[in-house]
Amino acid sequence: MKKFAIGAMIAGTTMLSPLVASAQTEIQFWHAFTGRLGELVDAQVVAFNGGQSDYKVVASHKGNYSETLNAGIAAFRAGEQPDILMVFEVGTATMMGAKGAVKPVFQVMADAGASFDQDAYIGAVKGYYTDTDGQMLSLPFNSSTPVLWVNRDALTAAGIDADVDLSTWDKIGPVLDQLKAAGSTCPLTTAWQSWIHLENLSAYHNVPFATKDNGFAGLDAELAFNSPLQVKHVQTMGDWAKDGKFIYAGRRNEGGANFRAGECALFTESSAGYAGIKAEAKFAFDVRPLPYWEGVEGAPLNTIIGGASLWVMEGKDEANYKGVAEFLNYLSSTPVQAQWHQDTGYLPITAAAGDATREAGFYEANPGTDIAVIQMTTNTPTANSKGIRLGNFDQIRTIIDEELEGVWSGGKDAQTALDSAVTRGNELLRRFEAASR
Amino acid sequence: MEKRVTFKGWKLPLLLILPQVFVSAVFFFYPAVQAIWQSMFIPDPFGLSTRFVGLGNFEYLFSNSHYRASFVTTAVFSLLVTLCSMVPALFLAVLADRLVKGAGTYRTLLIWPYAIAPAVAGVLWLFMFNTRIGIVSWYLGKLGYDWNHVLNGAEAMGLVVVASSWGRISYNFLFFFAALQAVPKSVIEAAAIDGARFWRRFFTIVLPLISPTTFFLLVVNVVYAFFETFGVIHTITGGGPQQSTTILVYKVFSDGFVGQDLGSSAAQSVILLVVVGALTVVQFKFLEKRVHY
Repeated sequence: MKKFAIGAMIAGTTMLSPLVASAQTEIQFWHAFTGRLGELVDAQVVAFNGGQSDYKVVASHKGNYSETLNAGIAAFRAGEQPDILMVFEVGTATMMGAKGAVKPVFQVMADAGASFDQDAYIGAVKGYYTDTDGQMLSLPFNSSTPVLWVNRDALTAAGIDADVDLSTWDKIGPVLDQLKAAGSTCPLTTAWQSWIHLENLSAYHNVPFATKDNGFAGLDAELAFNSPLQVKHVQTMGDWAKDGKFIYAGRRNEGGANFRAGECALFTESSAGYAGIKAEAKFAFDVRPLPYWEGVEGAPLNTIIGGASLWVMEGKDEANYKGVAEFLNYLSSTPVQAQWHQDTGYLPITAAAGDATREAGFYEANPGTDIAVIQMTTNTPTANSKGIRLGNFDQIRTIIDEELEGVWSGGKDAQTALDSAVTRGNELLRRFEAASR
Repeated sequence: MEKRVTFKGWKLPLLLILPQVFVSAVFFFYPAVQAIWQSMFIPDPFGLSTRFVGLGNFEYLFSNSHYRASFVTTAVFSLLVTLCSMVPALFLAVLADRLVKGAGTYRTLLIWPYAIAPAVAGVLWLFMFNTRIGIVSWYLGKLGYDWNHVLNGAEAMGLVVVASSWGRISYNFLFFFAALQAVPKSVIEAAAIDGARFWRRFFTIVLPLISPTTFFLLVVNVVYAFFETFGVIHTITGGGPQQSTTILVYKVFSDGFVGQDLGSSAAQSVILLVVVGALTVVQFKFLEKRVHY
């Protein structure tokens, strides 16, 4: 099927010549995209290969994010690593810790003599992937941020004005009451609970998720998401769950199916949910900024990103790195980025790509698609909202999922659950510290 | 009186067991020794540096209450899977054994589920019990029962047990059926003439006569529940909610391949090796005495 798709794309693109001359340097690029996103990545690669003759990028799908990272690690151990590896944001600390296995992107660019203006990249996006000196270690590829999706028809059906103010959680409470009273079986649901309701909640309200600047300043960071604000939020969500006003569907984006089917009125999910919702929703929907709590100083600050970045692996020839530099610059170029942003709902990684999209009238034609960009870029990120960089973060998220499930099921109160998550997570952080020493 | 086949000299028997020894060495001893070796280190994921910690990984594991709880979860899960896959299989085999007409058709249909990979079986059951769109959970909702295995640990456990047992029933059915066919008709007929009813004949004659098969299946099914149910758990619950379906082997996977903590993962496989080894020894020592060959 995939081969067929690629074949169809090659056949359908007239400007390309898929035949390879033997003098080309092959660049292996491992990614985690399937479906529509996989096709879009393949199209980018095909276009790059067709645009020059020195290098040939070979893109391979290696499973989901975790599997792709594993494949990369296993391949490195066997000495057969790809040139470029896609790693999701929670794997960032793992990759940074792997000195000798990865070649920082700024280094790759400098060695290749390629032009590379780090200021062109959007601060809130690249900040997740820079070192303490602000140098880019990896190239952000697909970045999104959580927003609030609204089923306007569901609000109207419950006798609520579809343009009701949903900017704060304080205002959402009464709306959920009204929805519930009107018989809604799913007033609110969410995807990625840890990412949205703890990581982003913390950044958005300028409170630390972990000490040491959320882990940016050292491996000895400790989790700190059991402060009053997070407890208040999780407890409120727990109370809503008990009353049937917040419906928990699963750890990933299971809630998306319920929202797209029209069952749920409100849905906190990544801005990249856009493509799926637009394709499937048979109701009027719109996008709102992620709600915040009133009366918290500095809120709303900015949300943080999720998604993946591209890491360059060590141990390749100079010619390969030249090709890698050229490919990464191609991906960052304004037309390619703008197209990617418009096709997928992911954030543009450069300010120029965002401007190009605005000038093309895309945001006017598709209202709400710029909410994520605005939410990310209006305020200057602080140490609490630059991002999160913790070792074993994938497992820490699992722990958070488990403890939050305890709250949603009514078995635990928020304080107990978050305290427990912090304790258990800190054990994993110490484990990572020990392994990285 | 045991019958023994004896060989003259050592060369031929050695040659005959060589392939088995070779396979065991490559696929069992070598990885096992590697696991034991790795369990004494904390390596970084890329293998760039390792730190010797001796028994540190084991200390770390046993000081973790969730890891200790995983033993109980595994025991409950394995017991339930073994029961749920063997009892219905025996029942179906007894029924199929009595069939005169169409036995072949029934047998074929009963064996089908075995052809389905655990992960696929997991997805099938997940669809049926999906809290929002599943057909079974929808009917349960009609009956006034709010099914939610995403949050309810007991329901999650029930679901992974059923999904793991389902395909296994076919496998067990096959063995039980063959064993029942091998029970001499003359013995049963003699008991029938003496006036023993069907269930009495079943419990006093048939069950003891098929005990070698039952014992074999017990060992095999426990090992299955320990190791091969991974796919089902991965697809249905991912070990949740709140680790209520995290069995030992699933934790080996999630720590090693999701968490990249190879030291802890290796230590866990060593523990698992010891547990399953001990379990099999116990089964052979105590249960086998009650088996009549």
